[in-house]
Amino acid sequence: MIARQIDFAARRDLRAVLAAGLVFLYAPILVLIAFSFNDSRRTVVWQGFTVEWYRQAFEDEALLEAALNSLIVAAGSTILSTLLGIMLGLALHRYRFRGKASLEGLVYLPIVVPEVCLGVALLVFFSALDVTLSLATVIAGHVVFSFPFVAVIVRARMAGFDPALEEASRDLGAGTWQTFRCIMLPHMLPGIAAGALIALTLSLDDFVVTFFTSGPGSTTLPIKIYAMVRFSVTPAVNAASTVLILLTALAAAAAMALNRRDTTRELP
Amino acid sequence: MAAIIEVRDATKRFGAHAAVDRVSLSVAEGEFFALLGPSGCGKTTLLRLIAGFETADGGSIAIDGTDMTGVEPQDRPVGMVFQSYALFPHMTVAGNVGYGLRVTGVAKSEIERRVAETLALVKLDGYAERMPAQLSGGQRQRVALARALVKRPRVLLLDEPLSALDAKLREQMRHELVRLKQSVGITFVIVTHDQSEALSMADRVAVMELGRVRQIAAPDELYEHPNCRFVAEFIGRINLFDGRAAGVVEEAGGRRLIVEGAALGRVGVPMNGASAAASALAVGVRPEKVRLDAAEPDDQRIRLQGRVVEIAYFGETSQIMLALDGGATVSAALTNATRSVRPGVAVGDVLWASWDPADTLVLET
Ligand SMILES: Nc1ncnc2c1ncn2[C@@H]1O[C@H](COP(=O)(O)OP(=O)(O)O)[C@@H](O)[C@H]1O
Ligand SMILES: [Mg+2]
Repeated sequence: MIARQIDFAARRDLRAVLAAGLVFLYAPILVLIAFSFNDSRRTVVWQGFTVEWYRQAFEDEALLEAALNSLIVAAGSTILSTLLGIMLGLALHRYRFRGKASLEGLVYLPIVVPEVCLGVALLVFFSALDVTLSLATVIAGHVVFSFPFVAVIVRARMAGFDPALEEASRDLGAGTWQTFRCIMLPHMLPGIAAGALIALTLSLDDFVVTFFTSGPGSTTLPIKIYAMVRFSVTPAVNAASTVLILLTALAAAAAMALNRRDTTRELP
Repeated sequence: MAAIIEVRDATKRFGAHAAVDRVSLSVAEGEFFALLGPSGCGKTTLLRLIAGFETADGGSIAIDGTDMTGVEPQDRPVGMVFQSYALFPHMTVAGNVGYGLRVTGVAKSEIERRVAETLALVKLDGYAERMPAQLSGGQRQRVALARALVKRPRVLLLDEPLSALDAKLREQMRHELVRLKQSVGITFVIVTHDQSEALSMADRVAVMELGRVRQIAAPDELYEHPNCRFVAEFIGRINLFDGRAAGVVEEAGGRRLIVEGAALGRVGVPMNGASAAASALAVGVRPEKVRLDAAEPDDQRIRLQGRVVEIAYFGETSQIMLALDGGATVSAALTNATRSVRPGVAVGDVLWASWDPADTLVLET
């Protein structure tokens, strides 16, 4: 029998490939979630449903502290990178200046640079400046890779902005700030929100940059989970991971929903 | 009447190209003024200079006696209706119309009253809570008008206000603008590339070409007494013949300029300002002033003999085109004044086209 080749143009084969890919991507996550409810210490056999591991996870002081740190870092880096991203996105949208092309290239740099390199660079930078690693350095690190995403999204959003709206506003007596707040900001808002949620997602699940920039007492949830796994994979780790997955998935889903609404609610 | 807008030698360059080139004009208080010209001649740029969205590279603009140099758009007593209307998509109709009052701190009750009043003025009562996306093109236009008018500007600037509407709506909106102008009594400056819009609405029209103003005059003056070949050709239809001045004769009716031209032969026309020294002239006549006869007309009229090559029916008129010996053509517009009588003309007929010398335009080129 001659093995049939996979035909990437055929609908049926494409579906099969897609299904295989999805299983490969999501099966581990589903298994993880399932075993976080498994009433057994041995994680490979299903013994029955329990929320015991969640209780244990929530009683683990160190785990809770890491979760709290994660939230602090996520909040801080989201706010900062959103503000920076808005400013950069607007500057790229509005102004023509010398070196704009280079700046645009630089914006993408933190997105494309391997995270390990970014982490090492930040570590070297902080130690060169003699900065003690803390939550603040973690936040700074997260801002570096998050704000370009916000800038890119805000800029794309502003590309669809009719400059005549701004002129109309000024013609009607509004000053620059009023025009920004009443006319441009509402237009940007879906983009800002989507950008902020992406920043939040990136921060919540970041491991590599955090690994290099966190010090004692500034451990985040991903780092903590990793540390726990190095001793043994306990069901409590599964539970903590499931919570982390849930948080990131929620943020990502909200970002996507905003982006979708954003494109369907335009003037004809 | 006092001038509400005084433009002196205004120039605006984009790179090396002067979009507005030493333009001077003055608009009287309460006037309906039109800027007319082909696309790209600088009309919008001139309007934006007046509104303050562009900074002039030279010259000055004064509004209501105050020099506007350095005055921000929000501080100028003008309202602008943008070509794209530029309605704020996230605000209701009432929100759009009230915006200019809100940002300048007008009391809430006053805003409500004036918004309702202005919406009634543009016949949009009942649409206050709609979003712009839920309106037709004509309705959006009215919102844009109301939004500018609610601020009671001294001057309303309108950039191609009718261009986005279909033909029927455009006609309706044209009347509407004239009515609106009469009821609010403020000065209107309208930009258009459509000569019939400008002629039918405006008190005076400035015809622009390549950034310069060629003529400023009342519509009938522009049509009957264009001051250059460009204006004569841009406004309405015209038959133009090249020629050159060949002397001046004194006659009972006044001085006449003798013009010689290939198609025209040798004709005497009223001087009306043309220079006897000009070597290149264009002699023109509007088609509706041309009469067609089978027999050669009497001595006074300027006449040309030709063969009918085209009859174009326009409803209210028919345009008959005669080809002359030597390749030139002359068109006559005949009014279809009754239903039954059609001009008894057929393609191939040999006819005389003639006109009164007094109806002749002599244009320096
Ligand atoms: N912002 C701009 N930058 C460069 N060139 C411009 C700009 N605005 C207008 N122009 C040029 O100036 C000329 C006049 O434009 P505009 O005033 O819009 O003409 P109109 O309204 O009569 O069609 C055109 O050649 C146009 O290309
Ligand atoms: Mg224009």
